Amino acid sequence: MITVKEINKYFGDKQVLKNISINYMPGKCSMIIGASGSGKTVLLKSLVGLLEPDSGEIWYGDTLFSSLDFQGRKNIRKEIGMLFQGGALFDFATVEENVRFPMDFFTEWSREEKRDRVNFCLNRVNLENVNKLYPSELSGGMQKRVGIARAIALNPKYLFCDEPNSGLDPHTSIVIDQLISEITAEYNITTVINSHDMNSVMEIGDHVGFIYKGELVWVGDRNNILTATHKELNEFVFASNMAKKMKEMMGVSG
Amino acid sequence: MKNALELFGRYYLLMRIVLVKPDRWRIFWKQFIVDTEKLILSSIPIVAVISVFIGAVIVIQTAYNIENPFIPKMYVGYMARESLVLEFCSTMIALILAGKVGSNISSELGSMRISEQIDAMEMMGINSANYLILPKIVSSVVFNPLLMLMSFMVGLLGGAGIIIFTGVINMGQYTEGLQYAFRSYYIFYSMIKMSAFSFVITSVSSFYGYYATGGSLGVGRSSTKAIVVSSISILVVNLVITQLMLN
Repeated sequence: MITVKEINKYFGDKQVLKNISINYMPGKCSMIIGASGSGKTVLLKSLVGLLEPDSGEIWYGDTLFSSLDFQGRKNIRKEIGMLFQGGALFDFATVEENVRFPMDFFTEWSREEKRDRVNFCLNRVNLENVNKLYPSELSGGMQKRVGIARAIALNPKYLFCDEPNSGLDPHTSIVIDQLISEITAEYNITTVINSHDMNSVMEIGDHVGFIYKGELVWVGDRNNILTATHKELNEFVFASNMAKKMKEMMGVSG
Repeated sequence: MKNALELFGRYYLLMRIVLVKPDRWRIFWKQFIVDTEKLILSSIPIVAVISVFIGAVIVIQTAYNIENPFIPKMYVGYMARESLVLEFCSTMIALILAGKVGSNISSELGSMRISEQIDAMEMMGINSANYLILPKIVSSVVFNPLLMLMSFMVGLLGGAGIIIFTGVINMGQYTEGLQYAFRSYYIFYSMIKMSAFSFVITSVSSFYGYYATGGSLGVGRSSTKAIVVSSISILVVNLVITQLMLN
C-alpha cells in the first residue's frame, strides 16, 4: 500500500501540487487522471522519487519513502517497476538485455535462470522471438510490452505506468490495459497509472483520482465517474463530441 | 559569476556520485570494454592521420626556419620531437578529442536523458551516473595517454616520411636530432597532462549530457557547451600542469 499525505510541490513560484493526500491499495489499478499540465506526471514522479515534493509524506507500507536518501530508497526501488510514456527501453541493448538489466544488478541468478525469467516475462506480455531485436526494430505497442516485461522482471510490489497508451491505436491500447490489469490482480501489485485516456479509465480504473490545477478534486472509480456531478471532472470526461452525445443518450446529469 | 559557481557546484555533486565504487564490478568491466572500444579504439584513425600530417608539417616548417649554416640540421629532428612531445601530442590531440569524444558522450547521455532511459535506471535503484560515466572516465584516463604515445610515434614517422619524399634534410641528421638531449621526463609530463585532459573531456561532456533538457534541441545545445567548456578547461589545465611540472 502507498500512502500520500499532504504533498505540495512548487516550480519557482508556481504551485503544481496542492496538498494532495491519497491511498493506493494492492491488487487494484489506481488511476491519476487530469488534463495536460494539471500536475499528474509531477505527482507520479514525486511518488517514485524522481521529483522531490517540497512538503508532505509518501509512505510505502511502513516506510517513509520521502525521508530516505538514494541508498535508503534503493531497497524500495527494487520492488518498483515502472513503465514510461515512451517505453524508455535502452537503445544500446537488445530486448533480452533490457528485460535482464535489473536482474544483472540485483540478483545472483545464473545465466540460465535469468534467461528463463526473461522468456517468462516476455511470454507473459505475449511477445515471442523478439529476444535479439533492438528497441528501434519494434513497434510502439511492442516497446510498451517490453517495458512491462522489464517492469515485472523482479516481481515488483509496486507498478507505475506513465501514460501507457500514448501513441497507441485503440486496439493495442486495450491489449496493454488488460495486460496491466491482469498482472496487477495476478501478483497483487499496487499499480498507479497516470492517464488522460477515458477508454483506459473505463476499462481498468478500479480507483480513480482526478487532478485539476494541481489539486485532487475527486476520488472514485470507473462505476461512478460517469455520474459524478463535479463540474471540472464532467468537462474532462465528456470533452469529446462523441462523449457528449453518449451523455445525452444516457441522460447523465451534471 | 553566480551561475558559474552554481554550475561548478552541480558538476562537483555529480562527480561525488560518479566517483564511487561500482555496484557490480562485472558490469563495470563490461561497460569499460564497450567504452574503450567506442572512445579510444575508434579515435585511433583520426589521431593517426592528424599526427602524420602535423609531424610532416613541423619538419618542413622547422627546416625552412633553420636556414642558418651555423645551426646544425639535426635540430630539425630535435625541434620536431620537442614540439610533438611537449604540446602537440597532448594538448592538440586533447582538443581534437574534446570535439570528437566530447560530442559523442554528451549527445549519447543527452539522448538517454530526454528519452527517460536515465530515469528508468534511477527507478530501478541503479546509480545511473556511476554506471554510465565512471567507465568512460576510467577508460579515457587510462588509455588516452597511450593514444598520446601513439600520436608521438606516428608524428615522428610523419616527419621521417616527408624527409624521404622531399630530402629537406637527410635521415641521419633527423634521427640524430631525435636522440639529442632526450629527456624521458617530458614523456611522463605529457602523459600526465593527457590523463588530466581526458578526465576533463569525459567528465565535463558527461555533465552536460547527463543534465540535458529541452528535447533534441537541448541535446544539441549540451553537445556544443560540452565541447566549448572542455576546450577552455583543457587550456587552463594545460597552463596549471605546465607551471607545476616544468617550472
